[in-house]
Amino acid sequence: MDLFALLAVVLTPKILGTVFLCTLYGAFVGAMPGLTATMAVALLVPFTWFMDPVQAAAAIVATTTTAIFAGDISGAVLKIPGTPASAAYVEDSYRLSQSGHPRSTLYSALFASVVGGVIGVTILMFATPTLTYLSRNFSSDEAFWLAALGLSCAVLVGGPSVPRNFASLFIGLAIATVGIDVAVGHPRFTFGNVELYDGVSFIPAMIGMFALSELLRNAVGGRQSSRLRLSVEPLRQALVTAARQFGALWKNVLRSATGGTFIGALPGAGADVAAWIAYAVSRRFSRKPEAYGRGHIEGVVDGGAANNAAVAGAWTPALVFGIPGDSVTAIAIGVLMMKGLTPGPDVLNTDSAMVYAIFGSFLLANLMMLVTGGLVVAMATQVLRVPRAVLMPIILILAMLGGYAISGSTLAIWIILVLGLLASAMLWADIPLAPAILGIVLGRIVEDNFMVSMLKARGDLTEFFARDIAAVLGAITLTIWAILLYRALRSFIAPAKPQDNPDTTRDTSDR
Amino acid sequence: MRKPFTRYLGQGAAAALLAATSTAAFADTCDWTPDRAVTFVVPWGAGGGTDANARMLAQMLEQKWEVPFNVVNRTGGNGVTGHSAISNAEPDGLTVGAVTVEINTMHWVGLTDMTYENITPISLIDIVPSSVLVAADSPFESLGDVLDHARENPGDLTASGTALGGIWHLALAGMLNAEGMDPESIMWIPSQGAAPAMQELIAGGVDMVTPALSEGRALVDSGELRALAYMHDSPMEALPDVPLTADVLDSGWTLAAYITISGPEGLPDEIACAYEQAVREITESDEWAEFKDSRGADNVFLGREELRDYMMAQDEALGETIQAIGLAE
Repeated sequence: MDLFALLAVVLTPKILGTVFLCTLYGAFVGAMPGLTATMAVALLVPFTWFMDPVQAAAAIVATTTTAIFAGDISGAVLKIPGTPASAAYVEDSYRLSQSGHPRSTLYSALFASVVGGVIGVTILMFATPTLTYLSRNFSSDEAFWLAALGLSCAVLVGGPSVPRNFASLFIGLAIATVGIDVAVGHPRFTFGNVELYDGVSFIPAMIGMFALSELLRNAVGGRQSSRLRLSVEPLRQALVTAARQFGALWKNVLRSATGGTFIGALPGAGADVAAWIAYAVSRRFSRKPEAYGRGHIEGVVDGGAANNAAVAGAWTPALVFGIPGDSVTAIAIGVLMMKGLTPGPDVLNTDSAMVYAIFGSFLLANLMMLVTGGLVVAMATQVLRVPRAVLMPIILILAMLGGYAISGSTLAIWIILVLGLLASAMLWADIPLAPAILGIVLGRIVEDNFMVSMLKARGDLTEFFARDIAAVLGAITLTIWAILLYRALRSFIAPAKPQDNPDTTRDTSDR
Repeated sequence: MRKPFTRYLGQGAAAALLAATSTAAFADTCDWTPDRAVTFVVPWGAGGGTDANARMLAQMLEQKWEVPFNVVNRTGGNGVTGHSAISNAEPDGLTVGAVTVEINTMHWVGLTDMTYENITPISLIDIVPSSVLVAADSPFESLGDVLDHARENPGDLTASGTALGGIWHLALAGMLNAEGMDPESIMWIPSQGAAPAMQELIAGGVDMVTPALSEGRALVDSGELRALAYMHDSPMEALPDVPLTADVLDSGWTLAAYITISGPEGLPDEIACAYEQAVREITESDEWAEFKDSRGADNVFLGREELRDYMMAQDEALGETIQAIGLAE
């Protein structure tokens, strides 16, 4: 099968129209703080009743793809990542947009997302057997190691000070312990509040830590900053800059999209884990690792490419088993099964028309996203022209509303407020926020899979290496930890160069 | 086609069913209609089975009564949050919700004090039997094989499907208990739901899973998993060849989760009656039958009285199981 044949399946006026509308809809929902890609698809379900199967598949695929990209928009403009997948590089994209480059940053992210998505679906088409092998052998042992590897990224995504990164990570992990424990089913640290049984939900936590702390920082910043009005580049100039940035980073996009597809194909890992790992890897191999977290485009491009590629990869377990890798594909596969698709190892033969339609819709949606995503970026960045004194209170209300919309519960607002204060304290102490977010995202996954593995193995730790893929992942993780420990010890025994002074690193980003 | 539902009921409930059908006198007070938007609370996440049923029903109620029915997913607390939201709402008919089988388990394990008496049952809309599934390469060919192995080697086998004390855990433990075995002779491995559990099963991490039959149907159809039995007493149209536990087990054990539409505590009779009538009409429609068919589920319905008795019987049975496996508080 080739790409053009796939596009031909979906190049009908009806599908084109559907994809166009759904990319617009996905861009809108994804860009709204608090409304996730999952929510976008769930709201779409009633409409799919009236669609034919190919059209329904196209609608869902187009909505998710754009919603994941559009999460970058509110991240860059308001410092509220629209979806968890954008949290890894929100620090960079926000600072870039604050320094007068909102459009070029978002267009670079858009190009990366589009190319990442196309690469993702291409891999999905040609490497389905490999992806299937990986995901069908993924038990709690493998999931534990992958999540542990993800946690190791905390050291790479945080600030220059390793102890502060660890402090931040452990704050996140501590927050992740709230809720019902998976192994024995007892509530922990919930203080009798039943709404905390499911733990601190991720969206309000993210809004509080990133957005509220930023608002507080601005408020404390005094009159100077409140009168500030940000500049927005002209559209043409932004596009040229973005094209140049993207052209210089195509190797990153290729690497991150490939990695992102495979991570997305693994059950339990999704677009968010893919973005974190891609960001960390990007920083590790960058020529300017010190610029990350202070407004550097490279991490934004890498993360953006990886999360959109992962959206495609996540369809592997759903299509070949009917076991959804994340909540979006869970809804999608439910709709498609209702439309007559039977997931299974033979799905490429038995339901080839539907599968090709899904692949074709992915390609089409990604191409269409160039237009609709571009439009939404051009409109959304206008927000930055609003004076801060007006903008900030509006963001505050939007942030609260976004948190409330997730669960319809006032607890979300309290989480935003408490974690916002906590994050402000952390910033004051020069503790980076990103590792804490990573801890909240992965803490549960690490713990659940560890406990499940220990229950299965009846306490035998060697079982973590008893399976092929688990042994490989475990060896990689332990090697990385060993190298990090070795470095830490070496610098502890013989400090080669003076430590970075946190006071001087704090505000160098505002160029 | 809609099935009569009397087989699921105890005898007392069957009598109540007769009684209910004979009290058509209720009908003339059933002309309440909502005058503004109704909130339809779903205690579980978007995309799940409860959500799908609730959204379909809400949409059809909306068409019928021409006011918006807004579906709100109040998740959290293993269902406590959403169920409390339904129970504590103003009983004015403008808040209803999808109360599920967990109303009969949560209070036994000490998550809440709320029971089925703190809500007003309206209608049963879905019934979801548990199943026993193994991987395609499993040595076990029948449920009897599994139970024999577990009897001789207690603790050797592992099973998964939901959190500890969740309904699919109770399905397995209750079955073992009913068969006179130690409920822990097959070890329960908790999971975050049916999908991760089936992933674990395919990857070789556990020996069997006991999720809803509907959740495992795609994998059974595709040949990845083998259905050894399902915990029901009448064959489902979707999988007619799979043995029923009611036939193959001496104890005749069955277990099904269920989904209802229910109102807050103290919902006035005329409102509850109007809802019941509307839902009855909806479940008799072709559109609903088609929806049920596409999910491979049987089209079931129970009115208010029968549903209350059904919940009462379930509460007792599930309570016994929970006490037997030592999870009761």
